[in-house]
Amino acid sequence: MGAEKLVKDFEAVVGTGNVMTSETDRHAYSYDAAVLDSVMPALVVRPENSEALGRTVRLCNENGIPLTVRGAGTNLSGGTIPHPGGVVVLTNGLDRILEINEADMYAVVEPGVVTATFAAEVARRGLFYPPDPGSQTVSTLGGNVAENAGGLRGLKYGVTKDYVMGVDFWDVNGELIKSGSRTVKCVTGYNLAGLMVASEGTLGVFDKIILKLIPPAQAAKSMMAVFDTMEAASETVAAIIANKIVPATLEMMDNFTIRTVENFRKAGLPTEAGALLLIEVDGHPAQVEEEAEKVETLCRKLGATDIKVANDAAERNAVWQARRDALPALAKLRPTCVLEDATVPRSMIPAMITALGEVSRKYDVTIGTFGHAGDGNLHPTILTDRRDKAEWERVEKAIDEIFDRALAMGGTLSGEHGIGLAKSKYMERETSRATLEYSRRMKSVLDPKGILNPGKIIG
Amino acid sequence: MADIHRLAQMLKELDDQLVNCMRCGMCQAVCPVFRESGREADVARGKLALLDGLASEMLSDPDGVNEKLNRCLLCGTCAANCPSGVKVMDIFIKARAIMTGYLGLSPVKKAIFRGMLANPRLMNSLMDIGARFQGVFTKPVDDMLGSSCARFMSPLIGDRHFKPLARTPLHKIVPELDTPAGSSGIRVAFFVGCAVDKFFPEVAQASLKVLEKAGVGVFMPPNQACCGIPALSSGDSDTFDKLILQNVQLFREGKFDYLVTSCASCTSTIRELWPTMFGGNASLRYDLSLLARKTMDISEFLVNIIGLDTKEPQGDGVVTYHDPCHLKNSLGITEQPRNLIRAAGCEFKEMNEAGTCCGCGGSFTVAHYDVSRKIGSRKAQNIMDSGADIVATSCPACMLQITDMLSQKKAGIKVKHVIELYAESLDG
Repeated sequence: MGAEKLVKDFEAVVGTGNVMTSETDRHAYSYDAAVLDSVMPALVVRPENSEALGRTVRLCNENGIPLTVRGAGTNLSGGTIPHPGGVVVLTNGLDRILEINEADMYAVVEPGVVTATFAAEVARRGLFYPPDPGSQTVSTLGGNVAENAGGLRGLKYGVTKDYVMGVDFWDVNGELIKSGSRTVKCVTGYNLAGLMVASEGTLGVFDKIILKLIPPAQAAKSMMAVFDTMEAASETVAAIIANKIVPATLEMMDNFTIRTVENFRKAGLPTEAGALLLIEVDGHPAQVEEEAEKVETLCRKLGATDIKVANDAAERNAVWQARRDALPALAKLRPTCVLEDATVPRSMIPAMITALGEVSRKYDVTIGTFGHAGDGNLHPTILTDRRDKAEWERVEKAIDEIFDRALAMGGTLSGEHGIGLAKSKYMERETSRATLEYSRRMKSVLDPKGILNPGKIIG
Repeated sequence: MADIHRLAQMLKELDDQLVNCMRCGMCQAVCPVFRESGREADVARGKLALLDGLASEMLSDPDGVNEKLNRCLLCGTCAANCPSGVKVMDIFIKARAIMTGYLGLSPVKKAIFRGMLANPRLMNSLMDIGARFQGVFTKPVDDMLGSSCARFMSPLIGDRHFKPLARTPLHKIVPELDTPAGSSGIRVAFFVGCAVDKFFPEVAQASLKVLEKAGVGVFMPPNQACCGIPALSSGDSDTFDKLILQNVQLFREGKFDYLVTSCASCTSTIRELWPTMFGGNASLRYDLSLLARKTMDISEFLVNIIGLDTKEPQGDGVVTYHDPCHLKNSLGITEQPRNLIRAAGCEFKEMNEAGTCCGCGGSFTVAHYDVSRKIGSRKAQNIMDSGADIVATSCPACMLQITDMLSQKKAGIKVKHVIELYAESLDG
């Protein structure tokens, strides 16, 4: 079929203004936030309703055209980089919050709803949607589900998958598949909604998502604990959890990150400190008081040289501003910033911290480490200039080794960014050849022509 | 393809700045154009990727890239909020100059910038004629706002409700000034700016009155030229350089402690762009840096240097404030204009999204009126929702845009410059 005919077909489905064919428009959808080469799609289409979305998928399948769904394109593993000659399907025209049910505490949304917009609307109704990925001001819920996005609250509240009650999605034939339910309990059939979470657009195209909501905590208390070494800080993290306290957030920053953030914001952070822990406990007021006190005692016992407890909203915000500044401050140091998310079991955090130091010295690369220490999800952030070939080669080797070390500790390739293109080559190392074959067989049946985001996760 | 190669080479000089964009996409949260269109090529990340694509010769369509590059208000919100600190405005302005150098300036813009803008006397006389005859083509629609619309079908005016040229521009009322410092012991140079001179002479008069009452001497040379931002943002750096030279010659004549303007765009252009973007004689750049350091927005000058006499609240209406991008994003000035409103004895009420662009963007509103209008309409709604009787701001370009939007909505809300409110309060 000729290209012109195909464009006309897509226009008939989504409207003339919603098919982009120019070189410039297509180039603007050739990348995402991952440090990877861009790939030009052949076409970009933007359906504005559910039916048009389904017909778009079907049209792609009929013509054997690869299809990559894209929300805000904030993906850090290349999951939204298109396949050469493929179609990019934008979801930002599907951005309605269809229902927020306060009595039954769930919401139904279209995939293009922006995460922070949704969270704010939920909060306005007196409820709480906890997943808070770093890109939440622009990221979409469809993307969050497809990548199983995490965030700062993962430790206590879990990640996106813990809030997905159901997903309606289009299969390659353009048939609507329904999974999950508006009920808390649902064991009707295969857990297809569970299968769709973290599937990165390789098994179906989301049409609607049912999300669980919870009541917000009544009180919260934040504090910042200063340590001489990362080892002492990470042992404290392990001790807090071992003492049966689960903070809402438990974040860590190394000395390099502390100094960079201080240089950036001048907020009075202790630049001599080897590590900082940023801790927030929340829940019932009495419980919050008790847990905060316990955490403080533990920190001191394990070597904290100073602890600042936030007394009001402004001080609490100052604690979290330091954490929010970590990535922007680091990103300004060098042209290229590779944000990794190798994750280890919590008890292995001290070992992982040591490993990162060794990798940094071995390959002579700058690594700033911060991240969600409480759930073992660290963000070693490598600062480099991709144009410097020799350095970039060392960076690639360092990344390989970071993953090897994390896997050796019983960890995983990705805590919250997904596998995408960036990490598909490591998949067998974490799982097994049989696991990959099983996944490929399943995919080949559900998507015989291999049009759904080819090349991602399973290669 | 040899030509494309030459363009790529020219764009390579931006490479060190382009490479700092880590493609995180956070600019999507703040870009007013993206909010309306949802198109990646409309947001900073997309445009930076396009320039990068052209520089690395992955793209072959400079016209297409140029078109996308121009779909930008240059409001600077992305740069002000960029996690990586990418100097987006710097890059876009330089890129526009490179693209215009390569593709050429459109005949209309050439006539306007090089024929008219670069010749202040000629522009003044043409505008004077325009002011006398505009009534033939337009009719008033809103008495309170003083807005008009086209009497006949006109492609340029469309269905805009625009503020007509002032019957008598400032340069006819007060051609020049050179007064000694009074009680304050301070003398300022006053840079009028085209929009204030031709559309809002009352803003300049209010400024001069406040300065006089504060005991500030004023040096205001005649035949001031445009600050150059319209030419520069269209990539015409030659005209920009010419305008700077004309202005520098005029202001060199006088002795003054500060250079003050009542136009946010002029302030930020003189302060940020004159020293960095002037392409002429390198020795002049030092003078331009000195001048830039002396340059202040009128409310900044009054609050930071002179100090305000605060009036008791008068109780005659609620005032809200719109932050011009050129004050907020470029210079970080947000408190002083609000203080000026309070000092004028007005009841101040903050509106939602006060710091969001009004959608004017200079020539953006001419070339992309549909998007400009959507953005402006949202601004107008926020103004109306605030319950204010008056919306004050610090930039005549914003005043023109907001007048159009409020007039179309028949909002019954006045548009004023903050200095007008303060000047009025000095009468009582």
